[in-house]
Amino acid sequence: MLKIEGVHTFYGKIEALKGVDVNINAGEIVTLIGANGAGKSTLLMTVFGKPQARSGRVLFEGQDITRVPAHEIVRLGIAQSPEGRRIFARMTVYENLQMGCLPTDGSHFEDDVRMVFDLFPRLEERRNQRGGTLSGGEQQMLAIGRALMSRPRLLLLDEPSLGLAPLVVRQIFEIIKKINEAGVTVFLVEQNAFHALKLAHRGYVMVNGNITLSGTGRELLDNPEIRAAYLEGGH
Amino acid sequence: MAYFIQQLINGLTLGAIYGLIAIGYTMVYGIIGMINFAHGEIYMIGAFVSVVTYLILSALGLGYVPLVLLVMLMTSMLFTSVYGWSIERVAYRPLRGAPKLAALISAIGMSIALQNYVQLTQGARVKALAPVISGGITLMESDGFTVHLSYLQMFICVLTVVLMVGFSFLIDKTSLGRQQRACEQDRTMASLVGVNVDRTISMTFVMGAALAAVAGMMVTLYYGVVDFYIGFVAGMKAFTAAVLGGIGSLPGAMLGGVLIGLIEAFWSAYFTIEYKDVAAFSILVLVLIFRPTGLLGKPEIEKV
Ligand SMILES: Nc1ncnc2c1ncn2[C@@H]1O[C@H](COP(=O)(O)OP(=O)(O)O)[C@@H](O)[C@H]1O
Ligand SMILES: [Mg+2]
Repeated sequence: MLKIEGVHTFYGKIEALKGVDVNINAGEIVTLIGANGAGKSTLLMTVFGKPQARSGRVLFEGQDITRVPAHEIVRLGIAQSPEGRRIFARMTVYENLQMGCLPTDGSHFEDDVRMVFDLFPRLEERRNQRGGTLSGGEQQMLAIGRALMSRPRLLLLDEPSLGLAPLVVRQIFEIIKKINEAGVTVFLVEQNAFHALKLAHRGYVMVNGNITLSGTGRELLDNPEIRAAYLEGGH
Repeated sequence: MAYFIQQLINGLTLGAIYGLIAIGYTMVYGIIGMINFAHGEIYMIGAFVSVVTYLILSALGLGYVPLVLLVMLMTSMLFTSVYGWSIERVAYRPLRGAPKLAALISAIGMSIALQNYVQLTQGARVKALAPVISGGITLMESDGFTVHLSYLQMFICVLTVVLMVGFSFLIDKTSLGRQQRACEQDRTMASLVGVNVDRTISMTFVMGAALAAVAGMMVTLYYGVVDFYIGFVAGMKAFTAAVLGGIGSLPGAMLGGVLIGLIEAFWSAYFTIEYKDVAAFSILVLVLIFRPTGLLGKPEIEKV
């Protein structure tokens, strides 16, 4: 469904991605783990061309989207809940969801809001509150909800558990599973490697802008190197 | 008392005009974080187009006032929209991401170019037109002074209120307004959810320009004369109004405009008319010392 082929991405002279290959099949949850600064967020943003890959290709369902502008990519069926959530702080919860449905023709808006509120009842209670005043967990729910409003077939999630209480983290992961079971392919970037790999069908490990390992979630969880680098001392 | 009320009416009329221009400054600042220094020229062009339209209409023998006004309004809005759109394309878009100073200089250059262009094509002398809306009502009479409210002042104030209401609705409740606010708050995120950022910025310039055209037409009707230099003075005043109200805030722009209009009117009436601009700018300095974000400006909130 999503094929990333030999992608190199730069910030000025700094090479953040050094030839990355990732393949995501329809229906999967694929997890990407890696230390801080490895280039995970850069990879997700490169899918939207922000920044654009300097070389290599990004293919979505066979179509080359490397040079397609971001606002058109979301119309092809990819949505992102980016690093830092990036809620529109001075808009209400409801308005944030309205922003999310922009790529659609709007005819399913009411149903989709209902679906998001059913997934995240907290958001319904706060529907007229400004995004900037929500707690971290609520903002994360809103970021995922906003992404779902575009009815994506592929959902990119950048560290949805970051900074959240363990109980909320568990909720979020359960919901990611539900979303996937409803037919949405998920590409999940996480530092919370244990939870993420348990959830995932497959996973990749990124170090310094390179993919160093890949395998099924189980394989990666059992891999001693991974245990040492990403799991020991974790949960 | 009567004299006071008369100045209030004059000040509000003037303030409405400044407010409409100030909205253009504040919206463009909100979305790209830069002052559009060519905005005063847009207003001047709006004034010229409405005069020229008026002259053409009278040459054609069209005299039905509401229709004349409507045609003047539509033509000047159309022309300024094209100019506003072009200014963004020529002076701002190529420099997006460049240091702000570069875009600033490019806008000032644009402003000088437009001034000279109008001077060359329209001549350096003032253009005048006969009063289109005349007459008015006498509100009250006391101490031998009559308070006069002209139909033109009513027209200006009512049109401004209508535009403000419509405009607030557009920004608060429509998809275009939400897209503009999204671009103001986080341009990258806006593009991720599907906002065409370039087009939204263009639309913002166009909307500001259209409102400036309305102000230009009002000034034409109010003073009966225009020249190629009015954009600079009114632009400075409206910019002051936008900063006074809190740059980036729509109600702030309107409030700032009305305040500047009132200060000017009262200062000219009770003190010396020569110092009216000094008074307006002094108030601005005072407000900024005590409230750097302007009267209704929001303090810079942290990026979430
Ligand atoms: N906007 C940026 N400008 C310059 N360098 C950046 C920018 N964003 C990220 N980087 C650099 O690119 C590398 C990868 O960052 P990132 O993709 O955020 O990593 P991760 O998400 O895995 O923590 C880091 O070295 C980071 O400092
Ligand atoms: Mg990151």
